[in-house]
Amino acid sequence: MSESKPALADWTTGAEAIVYQSCTACGSSQYFRRSFCCICGAPDPVEKRASGEGTVYATSLVVRAATPETRAHVPYNIVLVDASEGFRMMAHGDSDLAIGEKVTSRFAQFAGRLVPYFSRRK
Amino acid sequence: MSFITGVGLTAYGRHEGSSSLDLMNKAAELAMADAGLTRAEIDGILCGYSTVAPHIMLATVFAEHFGVRPAYAHAVQVGGATGLAMTMLAHHLVEAGVVRHVLVVSGENRLTGQSRDASILALAQVGHPDYEVPLGPTIPAYYGLVASRYMHEYGVTETDLAEFAVLMRKHALTHPGAQFHEPITVGDVMASKPVALPLKLLDCCPVSDGGAAFVVSRERTGETGVRVRGCAQAHTHQHVTAAPALSDLGAEIAIARAKAASGVAISDVRYAAVYDSFTITLAMLLEDLGLAGRGEAAARVRSGYFGREGAIPLNTHGGLLSYGHCGVGGAMAHLVETHLQMTGRAGNRQVRDASIALLHGDGGVLSSHVSMFLERV
Repeated sequence: MSESKPALADWTTGAEAIVYQSCTACGSSQYFRRSFCCICGAPDPVEKRASGEGTVYATSLVVRAATPETRAHVPYNIVLVDASEGFRMMAHGDSDLAIGEKVTSRFAQFAGRLVPYFSRRK
Repeated sequence: MSFITGVGLTAYGRHEGSSSLDLMNKAAELAMADAGLTRAEIDGILCGYSTVAPHIMLATVFAEHFGVRPAYAHAVQVGGATGLAMTMLAHHLVEAGVVRHVLVVSGENRLTGQSRDASILALAQVGHPDYEVPLGPTIPAYYGLVASRYMHEYGVTETDLAEFAVLMRKHALTHPGAQFHEPITVGDVMASKPVALPLKLLDCCPVSDGGAAFVVSRERTGETGVRVRGCAQAHTHQHVTAAPALSDLGAEIAIARAKAASGVAISDVRYAAVYDSFTITLAMLLEDLGLAGRGEAAARVRSGYFGREGAIPLNTHGGLLSYGHCGVGGAMAHLVETHLQMTGRAGNRQVRDASIALLHGDGGVLSSHVSMFLERV
């Protein structure tokens, strides 16, 4: 991040938001924060708050977890969602989500943290 | 040119009381004896890593311990692709004249040296620390995600995936060093405990102790030469969230480059050694490499195509799924077995013809790929 533009708070820092970056030079969207666009290299991509709308790309229901904190939540569904803004993200979701379904995000507590959680769009 | 002049492999499973260095040592001794070389003749060392005993200079730790003063040495870290990446580097090092004999070695007491939870947790860190790891994924979950998508796009079923576990177990039954010796059926795989759906326990490789090593040399040291004909890599992403579409994954890129580098076609291949951390990994890689049509690998398993007597015998030692997986050494066992097959020393597992072999390794979540062709000369 350039120092002149503080990062928007998002779920990775405990705020109820999904944030992505948009390149002013080439228009690409990226999810993992960087101080540059990973497609064209242009500096200072603009941070935007995502709508939370998307489509399920993949799912895996975790039944065997590796820590006591996460084991308390099994089974939990890990999903990859293609956000309507053009980036892909990992999140939790309803256990019966199918690939291709339209979903909307909310936030849930998981192992002492806030995580994005997707449900079928109503 | 470069030759694999010697190979060494321990049994995989439990090695109570053995450290990672002990297992590296044991495998290295075997490989050097097989190559007919002494410590003084080894001038290069490449080693992997140990999650049980991490060190910033493992190659020199090993060299000192083993009693070698190499002219070239360092560790290599590309996850499951490390073994073949080291072989590729050794190939280029001896071809470039940097060294004459590179000892490639890895070993880890991953099973008895730490808890299974600790292993799963350590490996889950290949995920993104901010955007993935807080969600509690495991390595099976990363591959479970890929599996769900692959099954969705190509109509592969869980029963299809189970075939690969059954085949690897069938092969392991004929190898005394394999971790598992009980036959399994498709029904057993389907009924095994869910881990990260669609993957179940028997879709997943075990955690093992073990060590593997080989020597890569500028000249052959024995009568039968096993030559590195050509190899290539591809790295498309690290985190599954950033993975490209299934049609753009690295295996297809690496194999295309390896074919160009070697002049070998898939139709020339007589033996295959393909990374099989999970059943889905093997299914996808076989299809990405062109050893089966899209969505058709399981049918080829059912028809015996990849069996010991089949057209292209695959992982005849049992692979990661049933020989075992001790980290970097895991996929190195594939190369050791390939060498034994190519030199006619595989005993009751010997295949008719292993004159040209295709090896493929995958690290991360289909992130890093190495394809390699070996040829008997």
